[in-house]
Amino acid sequence: MQSITSVNIVAFKTIVTKEIRRFMRIWVQTIVPPAVSAVLYMMIFGTLIGSRVGEMDGHQYIDFIVPGIIMMAVITNSYSNSVSSFFSAKFQNHLQEMLIAPVYNWVILAGFVTGGVCRGLAVGALVAAVSLFFTRLPVENPLITITVVVLTATLFSIAGVVNSIFAKSFDDISIIPNFVLTPLTYLGGIFYSIKLLPDFWEGLSFINPVLYMINGFRFGILGSSDISIGWSFMIILIFIALLGSVALYLLNKGVGIKS
Amino acid sequence: MKALEINGLRKTYDNGHVALNGVDLEVEQGDFFALLGPNGAGKSTTIGIISSLVSASGGSVKVHGHDLQSERNQCKLLIGLVPQEINFNVFETPKNIVVTQAGYYGISKSLATERAEHYLKLLELWEKSDRPAREMSGGMKRRLMIARALVHEPRLLILDEPTAGVDIEIRRSMWAFLEEINRNGTTIILTTHYLEEAETLCRNVAIIDDGSIVEQGAVSELLSRAQFQTFVLDMKQAPSTQPDLQGMTVLKCEGTRLEVQMRLGDNMNKLFSQLDNLGIDVISMRNKSNRLEEFFLQLVGNNDNGGAA
Ligand SMILES: Nc1ncnc2c1ncn2[C@@H]1O[C@H](COP(=O)(O)OP(=O)(O)OP(=O)(O)O)[C@@H](O)[C@H]1O
Ligand SMILES: [Mg+2]
Repeated sequence: MQSITSVNIVAFKTIVTKEIRRFMRIWVQTIVPPAVSAVLYMMIFGTLIGSRVGEMDGHQYIDFIVPGIIMMAVITNSYSNSVSSFFSAKFQNHLQEMLIAPVYNWVILAGFVTGGVCRGLAVGALVAAVSLFFTRLPVENPLITITVVVLTATLFSIAGVVNSIFAKSFDDISIIPNFVLTPLTYLGGIFYSIKLLPDFWEGLSFINPVLYMINGFRFGILGSSDISIGWSFMIILIFIALLGSVALYLLNKGVGIKS
Repeated sequence: MKALEINGLRKTYDNGHVALNGVDLEVEQGDFFALLGPNGAGKSTTIGIISSLVSASGGSVKVHGHDLQSERNQCKLLIGLVPQEINFNVFETPKNIVVTQAGYYGISKSLATERAEHYLKLLELWEKSDRPAREMSGGMKRRLMIARALVHEPRLLILDEPTAGVDIEIRRSMWAFLEEINRNGTTIILTTHYLEEAETLCRNVAIIDDGSIVEQGAVSELLSRAQFQTFVLDMKQAPSTQPDLQGMTVLKCEGTRLEVQMRLGDNMNKLFSQLDNLGIDVISMRNKSNRLEEFFLQLVGNNDNGGAA
C-alpha cells in the first residue's frame, strides 16, 4: 500500500493545480478588475492629486503610494480567492471529495492557501507591471519585497479560509472583507505616512496589523518606511501562526464541514 | 477479516436528534450487501460515518481490520463512496472531476488520466467527458459518481441509492456493471428503495429502522421467512358487498379493485375457487409489492402495506 505521505504530496499538488485552474478559468473576473482599479488609483491619487501633494515621507507621492496599492491588491485577492473557493466547495459539497480521501487537514489548508497566494501574487505582479507606467518601482531590497508579499498573501489566504469555515451564507463571506478588511487596508497607510496623523491616531494605527505589511513592503521597494522591518516580519509571522492554528483547529474539529 | 465491522455505532446530531442507536453490522469481504430501511432510518448517517463525512458519537468502525478512529487514512484508501446527493463541482468536466479525485488518493496524473478514461468509457460517459458536468442528465451524474468512486480501485465500494431516479434500462446496465465489479473482488454495500434491486443483486441484507438494525441475514433466508404476500385483483364488475374469503384477508375493496393478503405458500386455487363461487370475475392480477418489500413492511410494523419506494 502507498505511504500516506506520498499520497499527500500528490494530493497537495492536485489541490493547488485545481485552485489555480479555477481562478485562471475566470481570469476576467479574478485578475483583471483589481488591475483596473489599481490603475484608477494611480491615475487619480498618484498623478492628478499627487502632483499637488508634493512629497510624502521623502518620496514623490506616486512612488509612495504604489507599494500600498500593490499590497492592497495582493491582500484583497488572496483573501477573496480562498474565501470564495473554500466556501463554494463547502456550499456545493464538493469539499467532501477531499474529506473522504486520505488527505491531512493541514494539506487541505495548505492547498487552498497556496491557491490564494498564487492569485494574490498574480494580481500583485500585474498591478506592479502596470505601475511601471506611473513610477520607476526601484525595489531596493528584492528579497524583503518578495518575502513580505508572499507572507502577507499567505496570511490573508488563511484568513479567507477561516472566514469561509464559519460562513453559512454568501452574505457571511462579504461582511469581513467589507467591514474589517477594507477599513484596515485603507487605514494601514496606503495613501499617507502615519507620521502625518495626530499622536492619538498615530498610536492607534500601530494596532492595525495591515500597517506592518504595507510598510514592510514599502521598505522593500523604497528602502524606507514608518515601521522597522523586523517588526513587520514579527507581526506577520505571529498572525500567520495564530490564524493558521485556528484554521487547523476548526478543520480538525470539522466545524462547519462535518455534522 | 471482515470488509466492514461496525459495533455499537451511535450518532446524535447537534440538534439533539438521535439518528443511530447502537448499530452493529458485519460485511464479509467480497459480499454484495444491501442496507435497507425507510426514509430517515439512518442509512446515510451510517454511510457518512464510515466514509468520514459524519463524526460518530460512539461505537467503532473497522474497515479490513483497520480501526477508523486510529487508522483513518488507511480506511479511506480502502473505501470508495457514491453519495446519495450529487457532490461534484458541476462546472468542472467529468474528466477533471475523476482525475482530480484520483489525485486526492495519491495517484499520478498519467495513471489517473488512464483510469478516468477506462471508467468513464465503461459507464458510457466518455462522449461527455470534456463538457461541463452540469450538462449531463441525472442518470449520467449518478454514473459519474460511480466512476469517481472507482478511480482509486477501492476494496469496499459503498453506494447510497445509486439508482435513485434512474430509468429501468440504465438501472439494469448499472446492475450488470456493479455485478462485474463485485465479481472482480470488490465488496459492495448499497442502499436502495427499489427492493427489486436488493433481491437481484445482493446476497446479504440488513434492515435498519429508527437507528437500529432490526434484521440481518442472507437475502434468500430472509425471504423464506416472509410470511405474507398481497395481490391486487381487477374485477370485471364491482361487487355489491366486500367479499368474505376463507383463510385470507381482504385488505381493500374499492370499486373493481380488490386487495387480498395470503399466507406465503398457500394454494392460489383457493382464492380463485372462492371468487368463482361468489360470481366474481377476475380480469387481471398482480403482486402488490415484491416479497422483500412485504417482509420489510411487516418488520418495521407499517400496516399500510403501501409501497416503500
Ligand atoms: N445533519 C443533520 N442534522 C440533524 N439531523 C439529521 C442530519 N442528517 C440527518 N438527520 C436526521 O437523522 C435521521 C437519519 O437520517 P439519514 O439521512 O441517515 O436517513 P436515511 O436512512 O439515509 O434516509 P433516506 O432513505 O431518506 O435517505 C433522520 O431523521 C434525519 O432527519
Ligand atoms: Mg439517505
